[in-house]
Amino acid sequence: MGTIQPKVDIQASDESTLVHAAKAGDISAFEELVRRYDRNVFRIAQHITQNREDAEDVVQDAFLKAYQNLKNFQEQSKFYTWLVRIAVNEALMRLRRRRPERMVSLDEDIKTEEDSMPREVADWAPNPEQLYGQGELKEILSKTIQGLPPSFRTVFVLRDVEGLSTEETADALDLSIPAVKSRLLRARLQLRERLSKYFKNRAGGDGKQ
Amino acid sequence: MTCSEFLKELTDYLDDTMDAQTKAELEDHLQWCHNCYVVCNTTKRTIEIYRDSSLYELPDDLRTRLRSAIMTKCQGAKETH
Repeated sequence: MGTIQPKVDIQASDESTLVHAAKAGDISAFEELVRRYDRNVFRIAQHITQNREDAEDVVQDAFLKAYQNLKNFQEQSKFYTWLVRIAVNEALMRLRRRRPERMVSLDEDIKTEEDSMPREVADWAPNPEQLYGQGELKEILSKTIQGLPPSFRTVFVLRDVEGLSTEETADALDLSIPAVKSRLLRARLQLRERLSKYFKNRAGGDGKQ
Repeated sequence: MTCSEFLKELTDYLDDTMDAQTKAELEDHLQWCHNCYVVCNTTKRTIEIYRDSSLYELPDDLRTRLRSAIMTKCQGAKETH
């Protein structure tokens, strides 16, 4: 069975040139950084906040904060990882504001491991995405990820959607590597479990051969 | 290897970040455990579906508007320093 490879390949040296120019006051260099990462920041923000308006605000505030604090960026990590850290904090802050009744923290470690134990083991249809139209599929995916605790979906979006490494994710979220791995496993298993409801192979019964 | 032990290693297996011996043990388990085979395969598909879904893409018009707002704010911040 094949493995999953990250999709992002950032040209680090080029990025570093842009960061240096932006630090020296070249605002067009900073605009290039915005152009390069605005889609990623928006996607991350919307995954975390699950709210379009909040995601728009996060994009604006995260880039503004990055610009204002560029001088303090020590370049020990990639600019993108540093930017993601700012964006995640902004997104979590908005989520807390919107749901003050619920604690929202990256440190939360909800329930026991049993919440991730597979219960649904029916195999999926060969091309499950094709069972639904594009709009319907997006709705299913959105509704499904919305059901995960914020700490799980944050790790999932950084690692599996944006393609950050485990180390970069730990760095961006101020979590230990085992904590990232544990949340990632549980996020993946919970999403799989929930998607099985939509994607299981109906023609083949329980999927067993 | 038990199914619980397999599950604990699933993330490293899918990310291909494990030593050859553990990987061989997992693949041996997959040969005979249908449930773990299905869980492994559908977890991999879950990741691929989310990665390829273009969920929460930034529409072009909103992107232009946001970038313009960001750069106006940055310009303002630059001038006040």
